[in-house]
Amino acid sequence: MTLVFVETDEAGQVALTSAEAVTFARTNAETLATLATSLPAGQPSGRSATQGNVAQRPEGGSDESLKVEAAVIGPLTGAATEQLARLGVETIHHLEHPDLEAYSAAAWAQALVDIAPEAGTAMASGTPRGMELMAHVAVRTGQRMAANVVAADAEGLLRQVLGGAAFERLQLDGDLQVLTIAGHACNPEETTPTSPEVLDYELDVAEEDLRTRVLRTEVETADDTSGLTQARAVVGAGRGVGSENGFGEVLELVDHLSGALGVSRVVTGLGWRPHSEQVGQTGSRITPDVYIACGISGAIQHMAGIEGAKTLVAINTDAESTMVQRSDYAIIGDLHEVVGAVNEEIRSRRG
Amino acid sequence: MDILVCIKRIPDISGQITLDESGRDIDGSGLGHTTSAHEECAVELAIQTAAATGGSVTVLTLGPAEAVDQLRAAVGVGANDAILIEAEDPGAFGPEDIAQVIGDVVRDRADQGQSFDLVMLGNDAADTGDFQVPIRLAYDLDYPVLTGIQTLSAHAAGGSGRPAGSGGSAGSGGSAGSGGSGAIEAHGIGLAGTEVFSLDLPAVIAVQEGGVDPRYPSITGRMKAKKARIAEYVAPEPGAGNPRIGLELPPETASAVTILGEGPDAAGALVDVLEEIGVIRS
Repeated sequence: MTLVFVETDEAGQVALTSAEAVTFARTNAETLATLATSLPAGQPSGRSATQGNVAQRPEGGSDESLKVEAAVIGPLTGAATEQLARLGVETIHHLEHPDLEAYSAAAWAQALVDIAPEAGTAMASGTPRGMELMAHVAVRTGQRMAANVVAADAEGLLRQVLGGAAFERLQLDGDLQVLTIAGHACNPEETTPTSPEVLDYELDVAEEDLRTRVLRTEVETADDTSGLTQARAVVGAGRGVGSENGFGEVLELVDHLSGALGVSRVVTGLGWRPHSEQVGQTGSRITPDVYIACGISGAIQHMAGIEGAKTLVAINTDAESTMVQRSDYAIIGDLHEVVGAVNEEIRSRRG
Repeated sequence: MDILVCIKRIPDISGQITLDESGRDIDGSGLGHTTSAHEECAVELAIQTAAATGGSVTVLTLGPAEAVDQLRAAVGVGANDAILIEAEDPGAFGPEDIAQVIGDVVRDRADQGQSFDLVMLGNDAADTGDFQVPIRLAYDLDYPVLTGIQTLSAHAAGGSGRPAGSGGSAGSGGSAGSGGSGAIEAHGIGLAGTEVFSLDLPAVIAVQEGGVDPRYPSITGRMKAKKARIAEYVAPEPGAGNPRIGLELPPETASAVTILGEGPDAAGALVDVLEEIGVIRS
């Protein structure tokens, strides 16, 4: 079977990236089962840290190896249970413990290891936490790990490398394949709802695994990337803006769209804007309805961050630039002049 | 605080890539080489932290003989010395192998009297993107590990420490910090804001870009880099090996761009598109 670590947001909803990972697990269930070298045991491994499995696992049912199970750490809301049911999850492992309230990668990973199958697949979305937890899980179970998987077929797994400029084909040996799914490798897809069985556990958390627990979280607006990653419209600004003081037009357009500003690495490297606004391989990966790239040539590191945008618009002086060629729509011209005119047009239409 | 920073020689890519004849790697001919952005930040953070605590920075790489260029570049911006673990074909090593070889060298340096309070790496390498070497290394060394760290503060308790990177001037005082005692406060971006961790040393930290700005080498730095002492090791044969079967390039898609026009006159056409998508604030 396939165990998916599911992240939930503050409201207890399943994160979009986790819904993608569950969908990937379900739609690739047969391939994943074939790639995992031996048939799954189908029972939680019951390693020492798990004291009791409160609910009894039902006998029979569908083929164990094709089952998708979810692990939720912390509170499990009714909304999340319903979402997971619509995503085809048959079993939800609910891992809650006072020592797991604050995030600690080692402790959370051990909780996952405690309920992971001995054979099959353990996966998460390729978020920072998903990556970190799966790496811990891989080491603790003595397995290999593949990060940012985008596809699976009979020849193995395919994963993003070089910031998405190429794919690596690989096969993981070992009974349990540990992997993360690249963001937006697939769209969340609902199926005939299941009635997921929720399993609660009494967990033992080792003191040693709490050494790296989060002490506190400091909320600083300057570091907040949620506006950028959740915006429906993102206006991108690159070197073409020209200077630290050249953001006037693009910021006005951001305002007209109730959107967010995203910048290229050159812009943060020059100190024009904070890193929290950076879009790309080492910044945020965004999924807006529209991304308007102003004065951005389209280096692969930047393109890696905007693959999830539904519509791409480029405003650039170079018609041959990667960004223009990869866009759906483009205006060839100076970004200050063009964006200024776009702002004016929006203002005049608003009347 | 004595710090080891692990870096990796990678091809400097910005545009189209092609594969070599084996299909296992990209064609590096004609490409320059560099290190990952996260690693440049790790080097910078290490230099600031070592300066604030009266320690030193050693850079290490597992790579071909030419990777000495990347080691010297790190010395040029302020690292004190360097370690090259020479491997003719670094692509034959899997993440498990790399972690184990680095772990063995760290233990060997300790036997020779050079111990590190902190081992720093980039969060992931820009080429292979494995997201696991720092964590595997930490387990190999039996150290605690954090990932996604952007700034450090050498004094864990009390909060009097000035985070390296967000301050600008070095903190005063500081523990002598060799021999692996003490603690450090680390900061990374979490889901709801900056997450703060306290970490007992020795430890492994994977650094994420965004907390510090890597510096450029000075003239004296360049001179120092040329003469830098580089300890050399020869990598053993890889054990687990690289699970890679081959590389594949995404299919070339013909451009489907609709050119709305040239210059400000095209503004109306773009506003039409934005209205169609429905993103203009009313």
